[in-house]
Amino acid sequence: MSGGTFVGMPAFPAAAREAVGNTTLRANLRHATHTIRDKRARAVAELSDWDRLREAGKRIKDHTLRHLDRYLVQLEESVERAGGTVHWAADAEEANRIVAGLVRATGETEVVKVKSMATQEIGLNEALEAEGIRAYETDLAELIVQLGHDRPSHILVPAIHRNRGEIRDIFREEMAGWGRPAPDGLTDTPAELAEAARLHLREKFLRAKVGISGANFMVAETGTLVVVESEGNGRMCLTLPETLISVVGIEKVVPAWRDLEVFLQTLPRSSTAERMNPYTSMWTGTTDEDGPSTFHLVLLDNGRTDTLADEVGRQALRCIRCSACLNVCPVYERAGGHAYGSVYPGPIGAILSPQLRGTGSEIDASLPYASSLCGACYEVCPVAIDIPEVLVHLRERVVQGGEATRGGNRVTLKPAKGHAAERAAMRAAGLAFARPGALRAGQRLASRTRRLHPRALPGPGRAWSATRDLPEVPVEPFRDWWQRTRGGGGGSGDDRTTEGNGR
Amino acid sequence: MRVALFLTCVNDTLYPGTGRAVVKLLTRLGVDVDFPMAQTCCGQAHYNTGYRHQAEPLARHFSDVFGSDAYDAVVTPSGSCGAMVRELYPRMGERARAEGRGGGLARAVAPVVPKTYELTEFLVDVLGVTDVGAYYPHTVTYHPTCHGLRALGLADRPTRLLRAVKGLELVELPGAEECCGFGGTFAVKNADVSAAMGADKVRNAESTGAEVLCAADNSCLMHIGGTMTRLRTAVRPVHIAEILASTEEEASS
Ligand code: SF4
Repeated sequence: MSGGTFVGMPAFPAAAREAVGNTTLRANLRHATHTIRDKRARAVAELSDWDRLREAGKRIKDHTLRHLDRYLVQLEESVERAGGTVHWAADAEEANRIVAGLVRATGETEVVKVKSMATQEIGLNEALEAEGIRAYETDLAELIVQLGHDRPSHILVPAIHRNRGEIRDIFREEMAGWGRPAPDGLTDTPAELAEAARLHLREKFLRAKVGISGANFMVAETGTLVVVESEGNGRMCLTLPETLISVVGIEKVVPAWRDLEVFLQTLPRSSTAERMNPYTSMWTGTTDEDGPSTFHLVLLDNGRTDTLADEVGRQALRCIRCSACLNVCPVYERAGGHAYGSVYPGPIGAILSPQLRGTGSEIDASLPYASSLCGACYEVCPVAIDIPEVLVHLRERVVQGGEATRGGNRVTLKPAKGHAAERAAMRAAGLAFARPGALRAGQRLASRTRRLHPRALPGPGRAWSATRDLPEVPVEPFRDWWQRTRGGGGGSGDDRTTEGNGR
Repeated sequence: MRVALFLTCVNDTLYPGTGRAVVKLLTRLGVDVDFPMAQTCCGQAHYNTGYRHQAEPLARHFSDVFGSDAYDAVVTPSGSCGAMVRELYPRMGERARAEGRGGGLARAVAPVVPKTYELTEFLVDVLGVTDVGAYYPHTVTYHPTCHGLRALGLADRPTRLLRAVKGLELVELPGAEECCGFGGTFAVKNADVSAAMGADKVRNAESTGAEVLCAADNSCLMHIGGTMTRLRTAVRPVHIAEILASTEEEASS
């Protein structure tokens, strides 16, 4: 995906190893995630009805997903009635082709963009570049990522992996190549950095004739699109250009205006720990003498209906991209956003990417394992996505294969390569555990040979014993002690009875 | 009250002392304890690694062994195995049914699920005790393991029990609610991240000045303890059952 942006990513464990070893990165991430996680907890605790809001958000999303076809058609009608044009894109290529065609039709070669994950998912900037069109990111963090020839590493704070010093250096070195250069003697104080970005961006806002955006929500009833943001740069982007093109995933639709009541409370509190986000922009088609005179909505599928077809996995489509799950995730905190090989990092990325893209690649097959299943993500998720449940479900798909939907067709997936030894071990363990006699024999053997057991392991187990010592095997397993002291006087018989029961 | 001890395969094989402590503790509290010899493993490792189908016969076996009416309750000193039975067995049954394999598994696990308890839950909720008459003259810090904390919702039950222990000084663990990084096969599949998480947990434990870090799950303690010896930390890992089983008579003898 992503027009090559993330191509060639190593599998998660390898990418994570690099990140774990990078102390600056770890310090930046730790500081940022811990600060925001504490603030979020306080903002959520302020509401006495948080659990009910969470349940309502979950239900609204589930209901919409169940009737997605109906609401999308209603949305299309509402948008067109209001003077907009709706385009349907099945995949990244089609979406990019539609957008490039629309920009070309205006005769422009520059566009301004407001933070949109959907356009990053499809690699729109690179696709436009290939057509001779330059896309300028206007969200501050996106600007830092773009100027730094970098990739986003967080849903909400794409440059979370950078500290102030790094940002100053990027501005000094790169701004001139993209427009207004950084002021002389720029320091790393937040105010100066923000001012440099403001001046650089203002020039673009006033010049651009085409804006490209995403949307947080689309209201089927009225055809209204909604963007929530903190900086106001988005609003400039949405109102100053003559033509506005919004690229939005089909799962972002909600049925009615009143549904926003729930999400406009849960989203800002979960993401930036604010009671309300500073800027909420809403637009409905076009209006004479106000805002863009031409509006296009590109509805993006790109694996979403395939995901919808999966009973367990479809809950990932409830996601409102608040990023709370990233900020509490101990794995994200140490591995960094880039290790996930996608514009969607962290716990939600670990379940979304392998569904949108399939589990065919090495990175996508490794993502369901990028979690200790601690459940912190599920606990904070404002739409109650049971991320651990979906992770385990996708692990099953990786190791066992099975039925899935790809490109609208039911397909039978083969197990991913490299799990044969594990599968054999699991089967052997399963057999031993089904027969207590076998378990006991194994324990006895281990006890008898206990002096021979190394405290480091060979083979794949080396990963364990490289940093941790193994426990010593005890002289006597519990069941032997029990039998020795209680004479096996248990009410349920000894192991032979179960061994003989035919399983 | 007659209780079946579900010790778990890890404890049976590697931590028999925890099992002996549970037997001693429950017997002291007047509970009639049995250890059904046919028990093996709840299937958690299979399930969590993606081998749900291989976990199914283990769930059936568990239900056969522990479902007997002869037991009023099934008690386990492992939060994650307790969560496997209580939370995931019913889900496995439902999944099997949805896949057109009938309701056999769901029916098989139904009787055993509601009567399975994690040890501290059993003590506080079923026996209604918080002071179990223990004596443990050490500084202790408590790590609430993820499954105990989030899947079972043990909340303050373990710390209430610990606070009632004579001689014990309970100190708060910074970042207590963060995962220690074990996660079963996660510890091997993502060894670097797992080790980093383990090391942070150990450093937090160290910063409390406690002699002992205790938890209600030996799997996590194995990971934390293995990291402790590697980092040459003075803190020792101890299962909560062993603390609750200790008495003054023993200490003085
Ligand atoms: S999965 Fe939940 S917590 Fe994570 S970004 Fe989406 S809505 Fe937020």
